[in-house]
Amino acid sequence: MEGTAEEARFESPRAVNDSLRAVGYFADEGTASVVFLADRLGKPVLVEGPAGTGKTQLAKSVAEMTGARLVRLQCYEGLDESKALYEWNYKKQLLRIQAEQVTSGGETWGELEADIFSEPFLLARPLLEAIRATDPVVLLIDEVDRVEVETEALLLEVLSDYQVSVPEMGTVKAQQIPLVFLTSNNTRELSEALKRRCLFLHLDYPSPGREREIVLAKVPGIEAALAEQVVRTVQLVRSLELKKPPSVSETLDWARTLVLLGVARLDADVAKETLNVLLKHSSDIERATKELVTTER
Amino acid sequence: MSGAGAGTEGGALGSGLLEVFSDFVGELRASGVPVSTTEVLDATEALRQLPLSDRQALKSGLAAALVKEEGHWRAYETLFDLYFSLRPSPGAPAGTPGPEEEGALTLTPGELAERTYKALLEGNIQALAALARAAVARFAGLEPGRHLSASYYTLRTLRQLQLDDLAERLAASAQEATGLEGALLANDYRRRLARLRSDVEAEVRRQMVIERGPLAVARALRRPLPEDTDFMHLSREEVAALQRTVQPLARKLAVHLARQRRRRHEGRLDFRATVRRSLSSGGVPVEPRFRSRRRAKPELWVLADISGSVAAFARFTLQLVYALSSQFSRTRCWAFIDGIDEVTALMREADDVAQAVRSINTAADVVWEEGHSDYGHAFSDFVGRFGKELSPRTSVLVLGDARNNYHAVEAWALAEVARRARHVWWLNPEPRAYWGTGDSVLAEYGAHCSGVYECRNLRQLRRFVEHLT
Repeated sequence: MEGTAEEARFESPRAVNDSLRAVGYFADEGTASVVFLADRLGKPVLVEGPAGTGKTQLAKSVAEMTGARLVRLQCYEGLDESKALYEWNYKKQLLRIQAEQVTSGGETWGELEADIFSEPFLLARPLLEAIRATDPVVLLIDEVDRVEVETEALLLEVLSDYQVSVPEMGTVKAQQIPLVFLTSNNTRELSEALKRRCLFLHLDYPSPGREREIVLAKVPGIEAALAEQVVRTVQLVRSLELKKPPSVSETLDWARTLVLLGVARLDADVAKETLNVLLKHSSDIERATKELVTTER
Repeated sequence: MSGAGAGTEGGALGSGLLEVFSDFVGELRASGVPVSTTEVLDATEALRQLPLSDRQALKSGLAAALVKEEGHWRAYETLFDLYFSLRPSPGAPAGTPGPEEEGALTLTPGELAERTYKALLEGNIQALAALARAAVARFAGLEPGRHLSASYYTLRTLRQLQLDDLAERLAASAQEATGLEGALLANDYRRRLARLRSDVEAEVRRQMVIERGPLAVARALRRPLPEDTDFMHLSREEVAALQRTVQPLARKLAVHLARQRRRRHEGRLDFRATVRRSLSSGGVPVEPRFRSRRRAKPELWVLADISGSVAAFARFTLQLVYALSSQFSRTRCWAFIDGIDEVTALMREADDVAQAVRSINTAADVVWEEGHSDYGHAFSDFVGRFGKELSPRTSVLVLGDARNNYHAVEAWALAEVARRARHVWWLNPEPRAYWGTGDSVLAEYGAHCSGVYECRNLRQLRRFVEHLT
């Protein structure tokens, strides 16, 4: 499998785009060329954008198309070293020491120490796991904006040098440079240091053409004409100032609902009755209804 | 850092390209986008790796290395187009006239407009682009040596193309369709018109680049980044752009503040929880637990001058304050010109602040006599009606330029507010140098404030809000 650090995974941005398509991810050209560069430059990609534009899915699809294993670190407030990098299994260590006392075996403290700070007592968390992996992996650091600025520093060593330092054991270097994706919902400013180390990709809502392709591919049994109408309506709804503009997955939900209801052609009444699938805030629904229906004169 | 750009050898790249690239980066920096050396090295490497013939891939690839904030994309895109896309380079197919364009050159203005209308109606993007090029060649009147602004030429072209007329006809034809389809068509046409506009603009810029070179055009087009745009001089487009920036900014600040407040208050050791937790490690208290402390949230009162001169500033500040309302136990809001009225309810009912400001203008009783700012009267009225409700937990935020139109200052009123409240902050959208000149009486009010801040753009506003909590 393609995987060693020196070998390029992809031939051209276009090739990336084609392979992504083959696994059912419809990327725009920008996305493909950033993924291509991430591999060529050996740099992580920071993916930012509104919710539901396929940020996480991008990492999953890249893993699928390269035949790599996805290692995922879900970030949350309060995430620390022991959950992101590694942790000593101190309960097991404690047991080991107590067992030593009970059996009063002949081990010296030095031997015991070397023993309890070794592989079997190490709990590898996602970052270390991705670094140590010998098979091809894609590392996904999801919602990195949720961790505090201080915790971000943890990621820096991994992201720039692809290594993790474990004081008791030494430095673990990556066997291969994994593709790394960080996603952010932009709930806070990420540190300059982190941004500098990453390639930046802003994933916005898809263009009408691309969204139509997505709908046609993901909603079985939908007529092209209906897909077209759905996408145009969604584009119109997104252009309003809403609390929560519909994401791609909501477009898909809506399209599926319409297919299930046996709708062949979208009109104002059907749209009005099913808008609650597309929009989640009642004020948004009101606003969109007004826009879609008052034009009926 | 070390590993990233190490492999950069200029050898594989033409030195001409590198030169253009470094000019481009220089301009990008000059327009305010922060670009570090590491990022330049990354971008150079990207330039080596990407197929140069694919401009779109090149554009997003270089952006990935150079631009790390969405709000800076516009500045980047403008410059990229000037330096790479619009340049008359031998490899680029941009300038080759298609059949549409060739034909278009012999048409009368009326026929050109008619063809444009048809292309807009059908959504024929290629034809639209070709027609835009033809229209610029016919109508823009670009002359060598006459250096007028790009927007002038764009406007001139669009006017001669009778764009307003076309838009009207499109709107009328959209209304003929029934029901949902009408709304959808109207939206489609809006998008296509916007596209035509940007095609024309791009072509004007391309012609200008051919004549004057990218650097001169870039200088002429340079605009401050959204966060540096002065509140006092906003064009309608800039208001919209800023609007999009304020919302995420407010959300970021709210999250930041909420976290700070949660984190800062780790209190005493929670003995019970620590012991409970130690059971899983054989009674050794490996992880101590702490109680969290609660601290009362402050109450925020905002007094906003909404007279014409500072309305835009008030609007963005109010929007930010409202997005942050969860950080305060209570937010109340007054608007004034020469009279003052509480608008808390209006703000709460409105879906967005733009709407709120509109309803404040119509529903609130903010004009007392003549409708010119009178801070003195507004403040004394405020103290008379609401002064008793001020408490040591209240922080008061005054938004305005303190231009009193030579009315009575009545600084005692603000002194009274300051005496009763915990803090009085004043945000002024004017440059510091103008404070106290003409009818500005900021010095007299400022004496009673805990702080007076210059707040001319989003960056300063943001700094203030961070400081505030």
